[in-house]
Amino acid sequence: MTVNDDVQPILVATDLSKSFFGVTVLTGASLSLYPGRVHGLVGENGAGKSTLMKILAGVYERDSGTVVFNGKEVEYSHPAQAMHDGLATVFQEFNLLPDRSVAQNVYLGRELRTRGFVDNTKMAESTKQLLSELGIDFIDPKARVGSLSVAEQQIVEIVKALSLNARVISMDEPTAALAEHEVSLLYSIIEKLTARGVAILYVSHRLREVFDLCDQITVLKDGALVSSSSASALTTDELVRRMVGRSISTYFPGKVEGTERGSRRLRVQGGANAWVNDINLEVRAGEIVGVAGLQGSGRTEMVEALFGISTFDSGRIEIDGAQVRIRKPRQAVRAGIAMITEDRKAQGLALNQSVLDNVLLVIRGVFPRRTKGIRRRAPGILSSLELSSRGLGQEVQFLSGGNQQKVVLAKWLATNPRVVLLDEPTRGIDVGAKIAVYQLMRDLAKQSVAILMISSELPEVIGMSDRILVMNDGLIAAELPAGTTEETILAAATGNLDSLVGASGNQADPRLVGSSDPVAIGGETS
Amino acid sequence: MSALAPKARRRFGTTAIVYIALLAVMIVGAVLVNTAGRNFLSPGNIRDILTGMSVLGFVAIGQTLVILCASLDLSVPYVVSLSSLLGATIMAGNPANIIPAVLVTLTVAAGIGLLIGLTVTKLRVNGFIATLGAGLIIKGYLDTQYKGTAGSMPWEFQLIGATGVGPVPVSTIIMLAAALLVALFLSKTRTGNHMFAVGGNEQVSRFSGIRTSRPTVVAHMLCSVMAAMAGLLLASRLGVGSPTVGTQGGYDLLSIAAVVLGGTLLLGGRGSIWGTIGGVAIFAVMDNVMSVIQLNPFLKDVVRGVIIVAAVAVYTGRAIESRRPRFGRDSQSSMYPSVDLQLAMDQEKERDHEPTS
Amino acid sequence: MSRQADAQLSGSQRISRALLTLISPRGAVFLLLIVLLLAITALNPSFAEPGQFIRFIQRVAPIAIVAIGQYFVIVAGEFDLSMGSLVTAQVVIAGNLIGQDDSRSIPVLIGMLVFGALVGLVNGLVTSLLRVPSFIVTLGMMLALLGGVLYWTGGAATGNPADGFREIGRGGIRNVPVLDIIPWAVLVLAAVLAAAIWFTKTPFGRSIIAVGDNETTARFAGIRVWWVKTSTFILSSLSATIAGVLLVGYAGVHPKVGQGYEFIAITAVVLGGVVLGGGRGWVVAAAAGAFALEALFTLLNFAGVASTWRDGIQGVIIIAAVAYSAAVFRGRRKSPSVTSPISGKEPEPFAEPAHSAPQSRPNEGNHSTQKEVQ
Repeated sequence: MTVNDDVQPILVATDLSKSFFGVTVLTGASLSLYPGRVHGLVGENGAGKSTLMKILAGVYERDSGTVVFNGKEVEYSHPAQAMHDGLATVFQEFNLLPDRSVAQNVYLGRELRTRGFVDNTKMAESTKQLLSELGIDFIDPKARVGSLSVAEQQIVEIVKALSLNARVISMDEPTAALAEHEVSLLYSIIEKLTARGVAILYVSHRLREVFDLCDQITVLKDGALVSSSSASALTTDELVRRMVGRSISTYFPGKVEGTERGSRRLRVQGGANAWVNDINLEVRAGEIVGVAGLQGSGRTEMVEALFGISTFDSGRIEIDGAQVRIRKPRQAVRAGIAMITEDRKAQGLALNQSVLDNVLLVIRGVFPRRTKGIRRRAPGILSSLELSSRGLGQEVQFLSGGNQQKVVLAKWLATNPRVVLLDEPTRGIDVGAKIAVYQLMRDLAKQSVAILMISSELPEVIGMSDRILVMNDGLIAAELPAGTTEETILAAATGNLDSLVGASGNQADPRLVGSSDPVAIGGETS
Repeated sequence: MSALAPKARRRFGTTAIVYIALLAVMIVGAVLVNTAGRNFLSPGNIRDILTGMSVLGFVAIGQTLVILCASLDLSVPYVVSLSSLLGATIMAGNPANIIPAVLVTLTVAAGIGLLIGLTVTKLRVNGFIATLGAGLIIKGYLDTQYKGTAGSMPWEFQLIGATGVGPVPVSTIIMLAAALLVALFLSKTRTGNHMFAVGGNEQVSRFSGIRTSRPTVVAHMLCSVMAAMAGLLLASRLGVGSPTVGTQGGYDLLSIAAVVLGGTLLLGGRGSIWGTIGGVAIFAVMDNVMSVIQLNPFLKDVVRGVIIVAAVAVYTGRAIESRRPRFGRDSQSSMYPSVDLQLAMDQEKERDHEPTS
Repeated sequence: MSRQADAQLSGSQRISRALLTLISPRGAVFLLLIVLLLAITALNPSFAEPGQFIRFIQRVAPIAIVAIGQYFVIVAGEFDLSMGSLVTAQVVIAGNLIGQDDSRSIPVLIGMLVFGALVGLVNGLVTSLLRVPSFIVTLGMMLALLGGVLYWTGGAATGNPADGFREIGRGGIRNVPVLDIIPWAVLVLAAVLAAAIWFTKTPFGRSIIAVGDNETTARFAGIRVWWVKTSTFILSSLSATIAGVLLVGYAGVHPKVGQGYEFIAITAVVLGGVVLGGGRGWVVAAAAGAFALEALFTLLNFAGVASTWRDGIQGVIIIAAVAYSAAVFRGRRKSPSVTSPISGKEPEPFAEPAHSAPQSRPNEGNHSTQKEVQ
């Protein structure tokens, strides 16, 4: 499908730029959206995709550039304006009220009225109508949104956009939280939308989806436009080269000289609870074990159980050969386990407190007698992580994401852990901070710490791990050696390992990216 | 893709459980009253209970709106007192003054609510402090202006507090009518709908183009107006206005307790007027039973205190589903033993929207 | 604000920070206090005389002590509405159990402290383990305590504890040069304040603030959140007990002696710039809030304002104080990303605009931040 020149674009963005606090996050980005076509927007983390989307949606105001929508220049200062004009956005974090019904959410802020009164029946009917236009009959317009699955909530967001007669719908990583059969449902919905002449801006990490769906693909890198070309003119390899432009091997530091695979540090036998089952694993001193798997495959639930946030109902955990009982995080900390959670702000930091207070958080709470000593060591720990802040007294809420993550790491380093669990340790942080995290993992391994790292970024899993565990449906589906291809990992993660091995062994499919390639593919089906 | 099980569990959770609790309180009450040799369901006793509901009912209806918007109103007792005085002094025993007096009183109350609402939304003073302050200001005015009871209610107005239709007092009918109107307001007007939205998530509301201050301001205005109705009703019963009638009733904290007892989330965004009426009824039945069995008046407060805490503990103890278990066991409630509701919901959100990057 | 933090700053930084602190919301209370004291002195120069001033401190002592207790609960993100009832209960207990027998003073005092700690324990455990909002728990406790005590005394809360016991509240070290008398109440306040300052600097004390800031983070850091919260309720109940002991001497036994103390304490704490919802605030500022409040009343007295207006002016002041700090915090946070509710997980590599956090806190004056009444 090539773009015909005789079709007029519905939206043309030219030369958009945006910076925060003097740091440029987007510069000179342009793209055109055509009715009935899907436009892919790809790039690494931090390439500026989200910023571009948020400018179009009216969340951010642009610093310069123009947006022409539907023939006239627009500048939105509020997302509601963009929405009402028919430029709708489905964000990753939904704008829905869990306690209100589907219909009430669809018409939130512009409730349908009959003789001046809000008409819930009418709203439910037209919501049902919109849903059926998308071929969906399993969502009750009167159901509470909080009772719906993620995929269903996403459909509600799309229906909300439809109810506004949206001409353009932007979707930010719409498949990030979906299971495979839900992804195909989304495909069919997108098909119906384009058939109605809606233009779609599709932001995704997953190259296969981008190739499946998109007519045109725009690549951003470091805030700037790299290229915008027809999908049929691109190959995966070419796209990846444009996105990255450098080799991943520079990202991942190698093992520190003298790192040894030592004795068994962490061992879990038969761990099971409501979300995971039959968990058997061991991590040795000096070893980095990666955990891959789809969203909801039980990765996070497994490490949460290890750390006592939830618990295993059965099975046993051993640290250095001795069985430990972990029902609470406190017991895990005492047993020498540290956990870097996936959500820094909600689970890892006390945002209103100073850097020092955060670094001392665990020490004060669990080992108060060590406070004085660690307080003296804190500046050293932080400078070894290359934290940039205005001093130990600065509140962490004013730090960048990468520096916040360094504070979280320092907090756990202060406890001298024997086992470190990392859940998506590099999410949302810049390249420099990422490398600091990787280096730290290598250094810890050198010091005979056992490391278990969950990551959705397969290159990261492959680049850092000595062994790779793949989870699927609450079980450890496979244990793969270092150097496994992304394809094999994905096959294991989707329960297709056998068929893959049977069919083509470990050969990489040309459509998929090989292990040495640097694409940030989501830890899910591609 | 469908989620029938949690839906059903949830639906059972709201107003229905309040009325089940009310029924339980009534059964226990009836037994206690019968052992005291009296008839719980006698018309006289029913009238007593319904009378007991009306004043707190008015205040709690207003408080429900404010709490739905994630605010609070601690100024209600002073508004109640002020309204009783305004009504009684303007009427001054003259039936011709009834309508102007009522209008003036309600307008003044609406003005107070407006100022509170603007303080909360525009000056961004948290509702607790804004209404604590507003209450003190009104108290200062009352203490300065009135040395004791004042004014007098014409007989015609006193009838509202004294007569009834069968065993149902007129005041209760008015209160239930007000509840009906407010419930319709909540479900049938945009502003009412937006109260749930603003209290549930202000950011989402703002993104949907809702002007977020409006519902909160309106809620505070209606709350003060409802408190004024309660004040007028009390004045009609007393025959005079009193500067202490509101504080004596402890309507600030009792109304909040009744609202929470009625299943409305103290954090806002979820709740219902009919739940609140159920909560008020529970209080009224409890008070009635304790009076009939002639419990020591001081022990009544002890019982009330314990019941409030116990009831809310039962509600919050029913854990909200945080994640769906994969391996059949129905053990969610034990999985997150120390997670509060908000947190559990946040975690659900977190997990659901976990982005891949 | 803490001495330890200061130690890491250079001298000039310290001075500029002290100046900034005075106009920041948490320092403004000291400025207010100084202004009020100067105004009182202008109206009534004898107020500044040491003997008079020490009497002023004596008068503030019970309020300041209750405020210090309430500070711990609020900074941990909760409320204690039962303090006033507990003050009354303790006063009545002292009046009834000690009677005119001096020898009973010590055992009853110990009994009162144990009772206070128990009340706090119940408040704390129900709040933290049963997950009932502390607003409701302590409201229930407020009703139950007062009702229980009045039931026990048959409604007539009378009794007059031995003079030896009342001496704590009204007596002092006499014949001191310059001051004439150093009231015991002042010494008790000094001791409580010193203990509170010390406590906030201990690892445990810092954990209290961390829990108020982010309960999940604290729990995931291995902090025993239930115990931290419960301990704050025990502290507040103990402080109400001490205030009760002082008030017995000062004001005698009366069933309304503690009425409204919970709200006065909350007002004082909020005046001190402590944020409802937890995670921010300094205990000395909370105590200063109590002083400012009492100074305000004293000023109104001297200025000849009718005592009935006291409450009204108190209302205006607390609204103004909170509006002020809300405005200051908003000013500090004006940034392009403030409007973004979805940047919580901003994947941009650069200055992920640090205050994009959608989980705004009450100190930003966001009324919809619902933590306030958890």
